[in-house]
Amino acid sequence: MGLSRNFGAGVAGYPATVESAGQAETVSRGGSAAALERLLQDRLALLGLIIILAVMAVAVFAPYIAPNDPTKVDLQHRLAPPGTQYPLGTDHLGRCLLSRLIYGARASLSTAALALWAIMLIGIPLGTLAGYCGGWVDNLIMRFVDILLAFPGLILALVIAGTLGPGLLNVMLALSAVWWVGYARVVRGMVLSVKEKEFILAARACGTSELGIIARHILPNVLSPMIVLATLDMGKLILAISGLSFLGLGAQPPAPEWGAMLSDGRPYMQAAPQLMIYPGLAIMTVALAFNLLGDGLRDALDPRGNTRI
Amino acid sequence: MISTTKVLSLREGSIQVVLFSVYGPRRPNPLKNGGGEVPWLLFLSGSWRAAVGGYFLKRLVFLGVVMLGVSIITFGLINLAPGDPAELILRSGGVEPTRETLEALRKELGLNAPLYVQYGRWLWRVLHGDLGKSFRTGRPVAEEILSRFPATLELTCAAMVLMVCLALPAGILSALYRHAFLDHLSRLSALLGASLPGFWLGLVLIYFFGVKLGVLPVMGRGGPQHLVLPAVTLGFGMAAVYARILRASMLDVLGQDYIKVARAKGLKEKWVIGRHALKNALLPTVTLLGMSFGHLLGGAVIVETIFAWPGVGKFAVDAIFNRDYPVIQGYVLFMAVVFVLVNLLVDVSYVFLDPRIRLERGK
Repeated sequence: MGLSRNFGAGVAGYPATVESAGQAETVSRGGSAAALERLLQDRLALLGLIIILAVMAVAVFAPYIAPNDPTKVDLQHRLAPPGTQYPLGTDHLGRCLLSRLIYGARASLSTAALALWAIMLIGIPLGTLAGYCGGWVDNLIMRFVDILLAFPGLILALVIAGTLGPGLLNVMLALSAVWWVGYARVVRGMVLSVKEKEFILAARACGTSELGIIARHILPNVLSPMIVLATLDMGKLILAISGLSFLGLGAQPPAPEWGAMLSDGRPYMQAAPQLMIYPGLAIMTVALAFNLLGDGLRDALDPRGNTRI
Repeated sequence: MISTTKVLSLREGSIQVVLFSVYGPRRPNPLKNGGGEVPWLLFLSGSWRAAVGGYFLKRLVFLGVVMLGVSIITFGLINLAPGDPAELILRSGGVEPTRETLEALRKELGLNAPLYVQYGRWLWRVLHGDLGKSFRTGRPVAEEILSRFPATLELTCAAMVLMVCLALPAGILSALYRHAFLDHLSRLSALLGASLPGFWLGLVLIYFFGVKLGVLPVMGRGGPQHLVLPAVTLGFGMAAVYARILRASMLDVLGQDYIKVARAKGLKEKWVIGRHALKNALLPTVTLLGMSFGHLLGGAVIVETIFAWPGVGKFAVDAIFNRDYPVIQGYVLFMAVVFVLVNLLVDVSYVFLDPRIRLERGK
């Protein structure tokens, strides 16, 4: 077991190296079908996937699902207990808690997803550039990465978001500005491990341009760890976004967002504990789902790797 | 050179562990071969000392570069802010800014100079320990931060102790009794720990232990009982994750040949575990301990806000909402310095803890 693991990633492309670059694709394609099969057999990962899809559906169809307007104030029914009109009760302004939770899924998921795109758009090209070019380009990029890593990430994000001013967009910008570093590092490492392989040499000998080599031969090999990393990071981003919102930096009232709802509900802890219980549960469930899926994906995409422990 | 990169790559690996996975880390163990024998002779040799000295020197130069970058970013932060600092200062002092007062203040603060000059002046002051004065309290920022740091340190250390006390037995036992009940329990809590919003855990703890049961104080700093809830809030998530990493490290070591040899020799199991396995399994986790210190410092911001803990984190959050830029800058710079120093300490301790790195150096 120990021996086979040492070969690590990148072996998947190996059989193809002798033949042609085209073969590499069929190999990896066969690999991805097998990976999907393995993923579907993993019950926990499947559970995560189902939760994620369900929450996404809730977010998309929020107007049809929510029983009430999430921002409609009903001062007659402040802090109402769960009932027929308000299934989970109301908050301190008499707004429907369930509806706010449902609309809150939109804020959390879309902010996290957008932030993730921004992070990958910065991190992956810079990491590829650093790994592929080497030399001073690598040095420049990685020293910058080192500098950013010298800050505890959350603190820097907090301060950037705070300086830019409250708002979900600024939270997103702040998190992207800090978070891409991890992607650049991982991609750089992957590129370094792939670029000396024979199939790259073969492609170069065939006259493929440098950009073509990066796009067709290097990036596909970086893809699977990226998918795993991105899935796990969705959970972390959702936690970070709701944390910053909890502090008051993210979504601004009256917009429904889980972290902000938690902090709104806090003063009414004694009278209406549901106001802080449910948003927290929502955040945790979604984060857990992404963790489960990410964990399953890692096992499925890299079966030789360190299996679940 | 080779071993410098080894140490660094070890840290890189660990960061990847933190980033990549929570309960199934890719092990940061590029130093697979080798047993646990301490090369005493090498320790005494001059070449070792020279090599380690060179290593420290390189680390220090690297540190200097990093700190310079940190200072540039910190200085640049204020330029991210919307609005004019001079106007902000006047407004926070309760003065309606006029063109004349603004111009006077800008001149006084040197805001009319080009950015690099402003940076140079700022850096010069920072290097002399002058982080400016808080817009709000008017007191020196360095003083304000230093007076609050012990509270944060206390909280972070308590969380760390809790983390180690929970994670160490949990990690080791779940490696020894793989797939047993405890193992599943620790996996479950690692999953939860990675998914649990810390601020929510804090609120739930306040609700149960403060409001419902009324057994623990939920606000402010005081005796040891004040420390319980904040420390649990801060430490729990990390502890759960840490236990899994420790377990992975332990399993890796238990699969090594020298453990087989030790067992084949007929050594008692407690010696195999205690003397051979544990020592090596704990090594990669030292790095993680250093890394987690930074995470805990970051998490402390939220925990301090929830529990009204009078530390630097709460101070910084207040400063952010008051647009107290000198305090924000000072806080970021201070945290970066603390973080970098802790990491340096970890790297250095590695050289002392792992004889294999020393061996590499000696070559």
